[in-house]
Parts: sequence; structure tokens; C-alpha cells
Amino acid sequence: MTDFLNTPTTSGFLPYLTNTARKNFNLDPWLTILLGLVAVFGLVVLYSSLGKDQAAVVALVVKLGFGFGLMVAACCISPLTYFRLTPMIYVGVVLLLVVVMFFGESAKGSQRWLDLPGLPRFQPSELLKLAIPLMIGWYFCLRSFKLKLLDFCVVLAIAGIPTALVLLQPDYGTAMILLLGTAGVLFVVGLRWYWIVLAIVLFAALVPFAWLYLLHDYHRTRISILFNPDSDPQNAGWNILQSKTAIGSGGLTGKGLFNGTQSQLDFLPEGHTDFVLAVIGEELGFVWCTLLLLCYLLIFIRVLYLSIRSSNGFGHLVSAGIAIIFFLYVVVNVAMVLGLLPVIGLPLPLVSYGGTSAVSTLVSFGVVMAICTRKQWMDRE
Amino acid sequence: MKVERSTLQVPKERHGILLFRSMAIGAIGLLVVGGLVFRLYQLQIVDHERYETRARENRLVTQPIAPARGLIYDRNGVALAGNRQVQSLSVIGENVDDVDALLVRIREIIEFTPDEEESFRKRLKVQLRPRTGEKVTLKRHLSDKELAIFAVNRYRYPDVFVTTETLRDYPMAGLMAHVVGSVRQVTTEDLQRLDSVSYAATKYIGRRGIEKFYETELHGQVGYRTVEVNVHGRVMRELSQVPPVRGRTLTLHVDSNLQRLADEEIGERRGAVVAIDPNTGGILALVSKPTYDPNFFVMGMTDRGYTDLIARRDTPLFNRATQGTYPPGSTFKPVIALAGLSLGATDWEYVVSDPNGEFRLPNVSRIWRDWDWNVQGTGGQGEIDLYRAIYRSSNVYFYDMSTRLHVDDLASFAAQFGYGRATAIDVADADPGLMPSTRWKQETLNDKWYPGDSVNLSIGQGGMMVTPLQMATAATVVANRGEWVRPRLLLSSDQPIELDEGFTEQYPRVEGPTDEDWAQMVDALKAVIHRGGLGYKQNGVAWAYIGMDIPYEMAGKSGTAQVVEIPQGEEYNDESLTETQRKHALFFAFAPPEDPVIVVAVVVENGGIDGGGSKIAGPIARKLIESYLNRTVALSRD
Repeated sequence: MTDFLNTPTTSGFLPYLTNTARKNFNLDPWLTILLGLVAVFGLVVLYSSLGKDQAAVVALVVKLGFGFGLMVAACCISPLTYFRLTPMIYVGVVLLLVVVMFFGESAKGSQRWLDLPGLPRFQPSELLKLAIPLMIGWYFCLRSFKLKLLDFCVVLAIAGIPTALVLLQPDYGTAMILLLGTAGVLFVVGLRWYWIVLAIVLFAALVPFAWLYLLHDYHRTRISILFNPDSDPQNAGWNILQSKTAIGSGGLTGKGLFNGTQSQLDFLPEGHTDFVLAVIGEELGFVWCTLLLLCYLLIFIRVLYLSIRSSNGFGHLVSAGIAIIFFLYVVVNVAMVLGLLPVIGLPLPLVSYGGTSAVSTLVSFGVVMAICTRKQWMDRE
Repeated sequence: MKVERSTLQVPKERHGILLFRSMAIGAIGLLVVGGLVFRLYQLQIVDHERYETRARENRLVTQPIAPARGLIYDRNGVALAGNRQVQSLSVIGENVDDVDALLVRIREIIEFTPDEEESFRKRLKVQLRPRTGEKVTLKRHLSDKELAIFAVNRYRYPDVFVTTETLRDYPMAGLMAHVVGSVRQVTTEDLQRLDSVSYAATKYIGRRGIEKFYETELHGQVGYRTVEVNVHGRVMRELSQVPPVRGRTLTLHVDSNLQRLADEEIGERRGAVVAIDPNTGGILALVSKPTYDPNFFVMGMTDRGYTDLIARRDTPLFNRATQGTYPPGSTFKPVIALAGLSLGATDWEYVVSDPNGEFRLPNVSRIWRDWDWNVQGTGGQGEIDLYRAIYRSSNVYFYDMSTRLHVDDLASFAAQFGYGRATAIDVADADPGLMPSTRWKQETLNDKWYPGDSVNLSIGQGGMMVTPLQMATAATVVANRGEWVRPRLLLSSDQPIELDEGFTEQYPRVEGPTDEDWAQMVDALKAVIHRGGLGYKQNGVAWAYIGMDIPYEMAGKSGTAQVVEIPQGEEYNDESLTETQRKHALFFAFAPPEDPVIVVAVVVENGGIDGGGSKIAGPIARKLIESYLNRTVALSRD
């Protein structure tokens, strides 16, 4: 068995590439099927939520196809290549974030979008859900997966620098997810229990301080409205009230696709983006909501399973990080729509309308497949 | 940096913890999803009904539908009041947060006047039915061009609506204003007073005239529809409807041809004409001049427009025919004559001598004069019996008779002719006039009744007040020889209308006068007009003005009502009085005398001079009767 990187077996670039790809074709069938199911489900729901706007759905199909293509491509690359490229990917994404800070396009009060010539418009912050796990995994490989105070600080810096840039946009939701995801990776790598307790205590102590000094007024309103949405039903409480009304009125089996009154009559805001779960809850009911959540859970478990099975520490950590961040998106979005968390602008992965999010999610799963399921690596053990 | 596979490997001693922690993460994930599913269960299964109700309340709105107001026609089927539909621009009042910004936005595509804006702001501030999603109109009567512009820009104005509004329409404008009345916009006070259910969608309510009296019948019954609305309140579809029941169609006795003629005859003067069909009591014409255009009230007059109308000295809003009260003057003489006959104060043979046109009471220094004394300035009318007292309109005869007639007996006799009472069935706000009595004088002037008061009253002065409608009513009773038909405007309706008992009560025949008395009285009233060519003091007082060339028979009586008290010893000088202090000219007539088909009463305010009743009001009455007879004769020939 030879390493293709060091000893090319065939002459010519194209034969080499196809040969390499065939040898390394690591598409995980279960994960692909689950992701496909969620994506198709999302398309059906969006077709209803967008008021049967076929053009928009077709555009989304193209983006998802592109995403799946990239996923397949990403799964064909060797883990060593990813390992080597990691620092460049990380630095590249951070640089893109800096570019966004100066040249980005604003939408709804925050500067998140980048419109580079020759590329479709995209959000560089979405790439962080791949770049940060990669970089952390890379770092721990160098450190032989030891976790000392210094390592802790370095990992905080790795996650903290891009997160700070995201906070400046400002995009509190994504920043929060990235930090929590990092904490999750630290947990997997073996953060000691007393540190965990300490962190929780520290966080709890920080809450009143944050409430007074860090949060904006509208944050405070959003949090307090959570406990009493009826106190201001027309303004601050509107989203959460209408969302709960939509979901609750759906009942067990829903009102039927295209028949949701809350969503079709515009009572529900952001029905095709952040609050898409409310549309599902209203039109398809408890059954389909639960099935969707189950799909997400299975994806999460499958990736964790792949990471455990990978028997390669880089793959293990990176996959765990990607899985945790993905799962956090789902949980925070669903909790928000169900009125358990304050309203934060986060999409439901693969279902909410939006290109970059879906594509980067799919690419990160491609990376997971590439670095976890490589047969050669498993054969060796 | 040299990268080996081994670089990526987990050291053996770290492998276990990674494995364990990964599984722990998975377990946490499982718990979290379990929690979320539990929350879903709570919302969708446990609290499902609560949220379903909320969703229904969000989207379903039950809207009342205003019924179409009943139509009003004259006896010939000419439309007097109808409905027309206009397209209006409106907003849902409670959804407006920033009215300035809204108006700026609307002005980008559709112009509106400052008056419209002012009125809109006012109605927005005081909403009629708050929290019902009621629309407030900004601009009425959008042109086709404006409608097209709005249609193109509709997506930019999700909060602005084009609605079809039904407006009351009075095609006759001012001509029928005092018959039909008008509607006005419903106010907050109305809604507190009215049945809030049946008026839930109604924008207009009858203000005067027929519109007011038959408000219940014209209004109809409210309908309902349940509609689905979107978050902006725009109706997406209708789910169910209980259609409204339109108001009754009313046909009036009024003849718009006769009405128009009367209106033209009074012309620019102030006055009133009432014509009644004595067989039915149907009011054929009811004119009050000046008049106003009731369409103004429909469109929602500006404050300034209303103030102008109110402030006019000739009070166009005032219904002279039913609410204007005038001393009846000599038009009262036929009734007091019948009272004298019935109560034994006189008979047809009794003769009064009037050598100098003066009358005195024993021990009273005041002199009461005959009207002719003022006209001729000389002498009296000579020997006068009752017949002559009527056709010459002798004051002295009645002065003399008044001494033998108790005022309270007179008052209750006169009440049989409708004096001091509102007798019309369906005339809104008709004034009952005033019939003096001892009690009245005690209560209002805190004084007892003097014989002099009776003398004044005997010629329809001294506090007695009647409306033109009452004049016509009394004339109808005389024309019918004491039989009553109460005046009414309504001829028929598409469905039977039930009125309260007070409105439908039949009045008994006048008691007292014999058949002979009635016949003689009608004959004397005929003489007022037809007795002529016998010399000034033998002619009927109206002969010279309307009787000389009359080709048919009619009976009538003139009157001249003094507006200001003339101090004793001074002459009444028309020149020295301001226009509004001059006497009113009064006249009533009916024809043909033997079998009357029309009764007319005419009042021309400040018509001027003594004898003005015959000279100024008389010709108007004759014109009307002539026109009506010509047409009824023409009709009966067919």
C-alpha cells in the first residue's frame, strides 16, 4: 500500500485525479440519504411557504445540487490533504471575514455578505462551521490530544478571533453557536470535569454583568418577552406569539400543505427562513415535526458514530465539531421557534431558504465523510 | 512540517476518553431532542385547541354588511332618493401608526384636497367603531385614472384599500329637500342610542323628513359575512354570508310636477306651499323656500360649508312648511265663523253695522280697526252678515263676535281643525303651532285672559300660530265639510308598514256645524274668489287678483299676518318697516268647491301689504290648482 501523495502511480494529471478519486470515494450512504431526505422535505415546505413560487424553488434546487456535488467532491479528498490545507483554510476564512468587515454588503442592519467577482454572493461566517473544527482538530493532532491550560487558551484564540469578527458584523447567533461548538469539542477532547463546573459557574456569574452591560435593549426585550409574549403582542411578542400559534394550531397532523392560515396569510413572519419550522408545524403537524427532528438526530448520531469509528484523531475531533455545530443550529432554531429561547436570527440547516448555509453544511459533511470513512485507515487497525 | 499518518493518530491513553465523551455528547443530543419533542407535544397536542382558536381569531373576521337603503319615489314613479356607488380610497383606522407618513405616501400617487385631508384626520381620530377593523375613507369618488394608478401601485400599499361605497343620492337636489329630508353620517352618539346590531355597518342615518320618519323601514336589515383576512386586514376570500335585506321602497303622494311648479312660483322669495289631496290626505306638494341640496350632507360637508349654511339669514335648512309658524290672520276666519255658529255666538242672519271700520270694547280706550281702514283709509264696510264677513274678510264682524265667544270653547273647537296640534301622520318634526287659551296665557305670560285678547284672536292674531301644513290641514277639513283625513306623505311601500297607534288613529268628524253651515261656508269661500264686478265693497277680496278670469270654480280665503305690533294710533306703513318686519301673505284654497280634489295653502313671508294674501299668495295657489286640475281632468278623460 502506497501513499498516493508521495508516489504517484500513474503518469498524467487527469488519470491521476480520477484514479485518486475512485480510490478515495468515501460517500457514506446513510448520511447522504438522511441529508437528502431533509433537503427534499425542506424544498416541499418552502414551495408552500413561498406561496408556490416555482422560480425560487428551482433556484434553491440548483444551489442544493451544487452543495451535494461539492459534498461528493469533498468526500474524495484524502484526510492528509485536509490536514495540510487546514491552516490555509482557516487563515483564508479569517481574511475573508476581515474583507467582509470593510467591503461586505449589509442586510437588515448587519454586514454579513460578500459579493466577490466571479463568485455567487455568500456569507464567509458560514464557512467557520467547517474552518474552526478543522483548525482545532489540527491543533490537537500537533499536541497529541493533550489538553493543558495553554492548549485551552490556544483553542480559545483559534475560535475567538473569527468569532470576534462575526460579533462585529454583528451576528450574535452565529457567534454564540461557534463558541458553544468549540466548548463541545473541548468537552470531547477531554476537558476535565472541574473545569466544566468552573466554566458553568463563571458563565452564571457573568449573566447579570452581561445583562447590564453587554446586551442591547432589544436583546433584553427579546429575552423578557419570552416569558410573557402577551405583554406586547403587536410588536416584541409578535413573532413568538404567531409562531407558537402556527405550531399549536397545526395539531397532530397539521392543516395540510398550502393550507396553513398563519403562514399563507402572512401572520407568521420569516416563514421561509428562520421560522420555517412553524410552517411545518402548522401545515404538517406534530408527526412531521417529530420526524424531521428525528432525521436531524440521526444525522448527528451518524456523524458521531463515523467520528468514533474513524480511529483517527483528526477526523474524530473535526467530525465531532461539525456535528455539534450542526446540531446546535438545529436545537437553537427549533427552541426559538417553539418559544424556549429568545428570537435569534439562525436558520434551520438545509430547510431554511438560503444558499451559503446549505452549501457549507453539505461541504462540511463531505469533509466528515472524507476524513472518517477512509477504508485504508481503518484497515490498518 | 512533515505530516505522517501517525501525526493524526490519537495516542492510546487518550482514545478512551474521546470515545466516552463522544458518546456522552450523543446522549445529550438525544435528551435535547426528546425535550424539544416534548415541547412540540405540549404545543400541538395539549394546547392545540387554544392555539387553533387563536389562529382562527387571527384570520376570520365577521363583517356586518350594511343593507341598501330603501328607495323613495314620488306618486308618478320619479326617483326622489336613490343610492349610487362610488369607489373610495380608505385605510383601516386602527392600523395607522403614522398618519403623516401615510398621507405623504398616498399623495405620491393620488391627490386629495386639504378639505379631504382635514376630514380624514378628524374621522381617524374619533373612530366610529374602534377595534373592528373599520375602514376610514380618505377620498371619495375615485376617477378611472386614479383607480388605474392605484391598481398598478397596489403592491406598494398593502395598508390602503379601494372600497365600493354606497352613497345616498338625491336626484332632485333642493326641490325635494324638505319632503324627503336627507341622511347624515352616523355619529358615536347615534351608535349609543341605536340598535348596535342592526346598525353595525350603517354609515348613514335619516336626518330630516321622510328619511328620518321612516328610518326603520328605509334602513333594512343588516347582513353578515365571514371572511378570511391576511395580516394587513385585506380580505382574501369570503367563507359565508347572510345577505342583508334592503330597506323598503317608499312611494310618496308628492307630485314632483306640482312641487316644481310651487317651487318656481315662490321663486327667490321666502315662503312655503302645502298641497293636499282632500280625499286621501296625501300631501301633493310641500315646498319650503329657500331650500338646500341634501347631497351636501351625504358627501360629508366641511365644517365651513355647514357653518355657512347655518349662518344664512334666510335659513335654508329650516322647513317653513312644517315648522315655520305664522299668525293665521284672516285665514282663521272660516273656522272661527263655524265656531260662532256652533257655539251660538252668531248665525247667518245676524248683522253687524260697521260705519267707520272701527271697533271698541266697553271701557277700553284701544281702537281695533278693519284691514280695509288701512287700505282705503276711509269708512267701514256697512251692514255685514256672516256670509259677507267671509268674502269681504270683515274684521269688525269678528271683533264683535269675539265678545260672545269664550276663548277656551273656541280653542277646543279650533283643535278639531288641527290648530295647536300636529295631525300629520308621517311628517317628521312637524310643529303643533299654538292655539291660545286661558291656561296658555296663565302659564306663559302669567296673566289672565282679557276681552281684548279675544278680539285679537278673532282675526287670527294675538299669539295664535299655525304652520302652512296646519293651514292646509284646516282647509282640508273645511273642504271635506268636517270629515277628517289626516295629512300623510306615504302613498305606498313595497311591503306593508306598521306604524304606532298614535300615527294611525282616525280623527272624528268635526262636531257642531250643520250641513247647512258647511254648505254656506264653502259658498262664502267661493265668493271670496268669484264674487266680482259688483263694486269694491261688494266684491270678494281675492276676485280682483285671481277671480276675474278664472275658468273654473274654487273656494279660498286670504290672510295677512302682522309680524310686529303696531303702536296704537300709528299707521301701519309698509315703507317704514324693514323687509323682515313686513306682513306675511297667506292664502288657502280648494277646488272644485263641490267635490274638492286639491287643497293648497301658501305663505309668502314678508309678502308686504294689507290684502297681500290675495294679491301675492293667491295667484300661487291658483297656478297650482289650475295645473293640477288640468292634469287630473286630462287623466280622467283618458
